[in-house]
Amino acid sequence: MATKHSRAAARLMISPAVLLLLAWMIIPLAMTLYFSFLSYNLMSPGMERWIGFTNYQYFLTDPAFFAALTNTILLVVGVLIVTVIGGTLFALLLDQPFFGQGIVRIMVIAPFFVMPTVSALVWKNMFMNPVNGLFAHLFKALGLQPFDFLAQAPLASIIGIVSWQWLPFATLILLTALQSLDQEQLEAAEMDGAPWLSRFIHIMLPHLARAITVVILIQTIFLLSIFAEILVTTNGGPGTASTNLTYLIYMQSLLQFDVGGGSAGGVVAIILANIVAIFLMRMIGKNLEA
Amino acid sequence: MARAVSTRRKVFTTALAWGLGLAIFFPIFWTVLTSFKTEAEAIADPPLWVNFHWTLENYVTVQERSDYFRHFWNSVVISVGSTLVGLIIAVPAAWAMAFVPGKRTKDVLMWMLSTKMLPPVGVLVPLYLIFRNLGLLDTRTGLVIVLTLINLPIIIWMLYTYFKEIPVDILEAARMDGAGLRNEILYVLTPMAVPGIASTLLLNIILAWNEAFWTLNLTAAKAAPLTAFIASYSSPEGLFYAKLSAASTMAIAPILIMGWFSQKQLVRGLTFGAVK
Amino acid sequence: MGRITLDKVRKAFGPVEVIPPLDLTIEDGEFVVFVGPSGCGKSTLLRLIAGLEDVSGGEIRIDRVDATTLPPAKRGLAMVFQSYALYPHMSVRKNIAFPMKMAGVPKDEQDRRIEAAAKALNLTDYLDRRPGQLSGGQRQRVAIGRAIVREPSAFLFDEPLSNLDAALRVGMRLEISELHARLKTTMVYVTHDQVEAMTMADKIVVLRAGRIEQVGAPLELYQSPRNTFVAGFIGSPKMNLIEGPEAARHDAHTIGVRPEHIAVSTEGGQWQGRVGVSEHLGSDTFLHVHDTGLAEALTVRVGGEVALHQGDTVWLSPEADKIHRFDADGLRIG
Repeated sequence: MATKHSRAAARLMISPAVLLLLAWMIIPLAMTLYFSFLSYNLMSPGMERWIGFTNYQYFLTDPAFFAALTNTILLVVGVLIVTVIGGTLFALLLDQPFFGQGIVRIMVIAPFFVMPTVSALVWKNMFMNPVNGLFAHLFKALGLQPFDFLAQAPLASIIGIVSWQWLPFATLILLTALQSLDQEQLEAAEMDGAPWLSRFIHIMLPHLARAITVVILIQTIFLLSIFAEILVTTNGGPGTASTNLTYLIYMQSLLQFDVGGGSAGGVVAIILANIVAIFLMRMIGKNLEA
Repeated sequence: MARAVSTRRKVFTTALAWGLGLAIFFPIFWTVLTSFKTEAEAIADPPLWVNFHWTLENYVTVQERSDYFRHFWNSVVISVGSTLVGLIIAVPAAWAMAFVPGKRTKDVLMWMLSTKMLPPVGVLVPLYLIFRNLGLLDTRTGLVIVLTLINLPIIIWMLYTYFKEIPVDILEAARMDGAGLRNEILYVLTPMAVPGIASTLLLNIILAWNEAFWTLNLTAAKAAPLTAFIASYSSPEGLFYAKLSAASTMAIAPILIMGWFSQKQLVRGLTFGAVK
Repeated sequence: MGRITLDKVRKAFGPVEVIPPLDLTIEDGEFVVFVGPSGCGKSTLLRLIAGLEDVSGGEIRIDRVDATTLPPAKRGLAMVFQSYALYPHMSVRKNIAFPMKMAGVPKDEQDRRIEAAAKALNLTDYLDRRPGQLSGGQRQRVAIGRAIVREPSAFLFDEPLSNLDAALRVGMRLEISELHARLKTTMVYVTHDQVEAMTMADKIVVLRAGRIEQVGAPLELYQSPRNTFVAGFIGSPKMNLIEGPEAARHDAHTIGVRPEHIAVSTEGGQWQGRVGVSEHLGSDTFLHVHDTGLAEALTVRVGGEVALHQGDTVWLSPEADKIHRFDADGLRIG
């Protein structure tokens, strides 16, 4: 297959993609890095000057940073727990024979296609609103005091909304993995007298392990960058109760016009994302060899 | 393997699966239902299920007040445009990696993927400034560029996994039959890969359609797609549930329909082939 | 015209040399079969000739023109692949037309050649079908048709029959032989099946580990194999190879006797043994004779039906002038 002609052609064909991605990665990254060492505010143009690590110092010692970091971790971990456990249970359920599998599957997958702004607004207004939301109606019907979800438990509410969006993703991937499980293995185990639980633990779970890892890593990448849901529900508040790292940097850069500080935050976010990315890449890389 | 399952168990599973499925789907169902109510009916307590005055008024209002169609058209141009541009760049690249693999092919693929891991907020500031200086803020061209680059790794990866499934023999046969590279790709590879290319197209339109970081941060009014259109409903005055529902229904309906057709490919595309 | 010359052609994948420098001439109009066990480099050699792989050294000439660096499309060769490699999205007609379309053959000439090829290959009724709707044998014919219409200077076949069932294989073998008789175009044919090699070839090239073990006409290889490898590879069932004192008696390290050159008797003969498994083919019976003290088992061909059973004692006598002698390096003596 590989001749000099085809190799030369291959290099030519791949170069536009490589060059574009290279530019896309390096130029903004270099600029972010550069800005992060400047005192640079869009409101006072022409006043840029080199201030070394001051931006980092400010950003990392800002109490909002710790709040945001904690919120980011809680948001990611919370959603992961809900979606992985829920997704596994759903996948096991949907893998069973029942009537109307196709329709249920379609219903379960649907939330994934709802754009983040829509799902956040629908949940915020039509369900979680303390006066007119369906939950408020439900609470009242049960004789309880309506609960103002986004004011009292903003982060938990956002975790709920985001989980609803990502549960289909986890379910779909785990279901696909489950369906690729060799039925003969399960039947052999059944013949050997293994009860359902030990079949699940010893055969299904190891088979799902890889898919679960993929779900965790990919969701983490997306969950670290949750933005629209916060923007349209709580605006990060009250206070910093639902501000994550992405939202904090957004506020600093585009609301306070502090380019330097925002860039320092950006660099921190990149470093954190890279730690996750390294694990994900290893996973996928291994798969590539198989 | 088909195996006998007791009817009772199947009925039980059916009830459970439908119950949970309906619960997951309920917010979407409720949104669509509410979009046909009047504003007063939309917040009625207890909630109204069917016994209300079905109306299309909200849709008319939303179109008149927020110019739905302009946003819709922006979404179409941005998502379809970025996907098509992405495909044009990705097809040759995926061909090269799938059929002329070299020692570094794997590294290149992994590196491409790594660009996808870059948190968007990390490059928000420079991109915003670059766009401002180039006059690309709030333009559809600008968003097509950004979304093409964001989704390019996924497009290449998906195509790569599809191309890998095409037997090399057939491309070699084309070469023996006197086809040059251009003809090989045009007459043999592309038609054979149509199903794969179509699913890649579909998935990436969906991803671009729902993208809500860059579309919110780089547009204001002119080029704002549906994500931004909906965000404008986050702090309105007065009763607006029915109108919000109508707007939401219009924003998600096209993509929901497309999404249902691409479930299978979704798994492959989003896991970069790690789960098939 | 289709004379192909390989001059010190070698191929290495990284540090692994799969074909050490090799010389070979394929004459115009010849039917040459590359045969050898899997992994012997026969397919690689074919792909080097086709231009689907670059040579690591040496020169390939097609009709005296240096083709070493020409891309496959420019070599004027046609290839039939093991998997047939038909274009699944095109009808049979379009498949056959494809090489002509690439070469810019005028439309009416294309039609003429397609009709002719379809007629010769019994494909006329299938021209508008897709490859997926055809049987294995029909797909094979389409692949051949696609090769014929190019009017190539040589045909290359890469194990073309290995995906067909046994009965069809015999038929296609005959068809390809007839095709060669009719077109008189050079054909280079790769197979691991020595029966195909024996029945079809003008010239057989036996390969092992990238090296040519012997080149010659089928009967030449059968009658005087140059070494024990060729002796064991050509002929079915395999030649019996005997080492030790019995070989020394013939002034050789190893002697070889083909199953069909051994007479069997229940009364007396040169070697005594006990009948093990017998394979009845109807026309022939192959006896596996054990406990001869010469080798694990000797295979003997007996004509027709025989009344011998497992455990019976038999005597075997090789035909004296059909004994092949080999030295310690496995090379033929005399």
